[in-house]
Amino acid sequence: MGDSTYGFQRTATGRIVLRADSVERGLLTSVARQVIDLIKPEDMPQDTDPLAAELGWTEGDVGPSDDPAVARMLPNAYADEQESADFRRFTERDLRHTKVQHAETVLSEIERSGDKITVGSPDSWLGTLNDARLAIGTRIQIADDNHEELANLPQDDPRTGLFHVYDWLTFLQESLVRCLDPSLYGFAEGDAPVIDD
Amino acid sequence: MHPASLMTTGYVDARPDGSGCETKGVTRVAASPEIEEQIEEVVDIQRPWITIVWNDPVNLMSYVTYVFMNYFKYSRDKAEKLMRDVHYEGRAVVSSGTREEMERDVTAMHSYGLWATLQRDD
Repeated sequence: MGDSTYGFQRTATGRIVLRADSVERGLLTSVARQVIDLIKPEDMPQDTDPLAAELGWTEGDVGPSDDPAVARMLPNAYADEQESADFRRFTERDLRHTKVQHAETVLSEIERSGDKITVGSPDSWLGTLNDARLAIGTRIQIADDNHEELANLPQDDPRTGLFHVYDWLTFLQESLVRCLDPSLYGFAEGDAPVIDD
Repeated sequence: MHPASLMTTGYVDARPDGSGCETKGVTRVAASPEIEEQIEEVVDIQRPWITIVWNDPVNLMSYVTYVFMNYFKYSRDKAEKLMRDVHYEGRAVVSSGTREEMERDVTAMHSYGLWATLQRDD
């Protein structure tokens, strides 16, 4: 990848920035839009009772999505299917809404930046990067032990492109967590590297 | 209250004289709905609800630790221990409390993208 070689970086004045060229900004934009497309609350059935609809409840039982990527982003809260369905009925719309809001924040922060994106809402970035990785990870069927195998797929394998995006998003997410808490990466307080503003 | 009778709170003996009886080795106790409710609360305190975070191949170890520190306000040591339990044991109990509290925690974990469920403590 181009400008984002260093991932997210902390500046001397405490900002978090990501240098990204136009291709990378385009890719991040596309990723955030796809997260929204996958989980937008409008895809859920509305309750026909106006008050229940107003409260964001759904009509009847809601199971996990048939799309495994969406099911992973919005997992069951209980082992029991019925208890899970009851819980989804009252909470899933809000959860979708929260995730969509994070992705929309990411989109607007990319949009108002040039080749140096300033992160105003790190939690939104973490959430969206993670959701995108959950979705792609499910699509390419990533497991604890097949990273090497996926990294060495032939170029014409449909998973190859997705794996490279996944790997890049992983790197970005790691770099953002490192900016937010350098101690998790072994840096003593005040020792973490910073760049000029 | 004898512990044995706490285990049978699902029963309310509706017999008019209100006396308990032995059925298939289970002690049945007579109880008004109010008492029944109080007993349920006692049982709730004895067996709280727990939030479990499960391992998955996507979530980063540093990110999981970061979430435990920032959402639960756990120390780095505690957060890292829980993260290692998730990663190496496949699961970790990350919080316990009332059902409502655990539903809140599970929803928060889902919003961070962690795979979490709640259940009664075994």
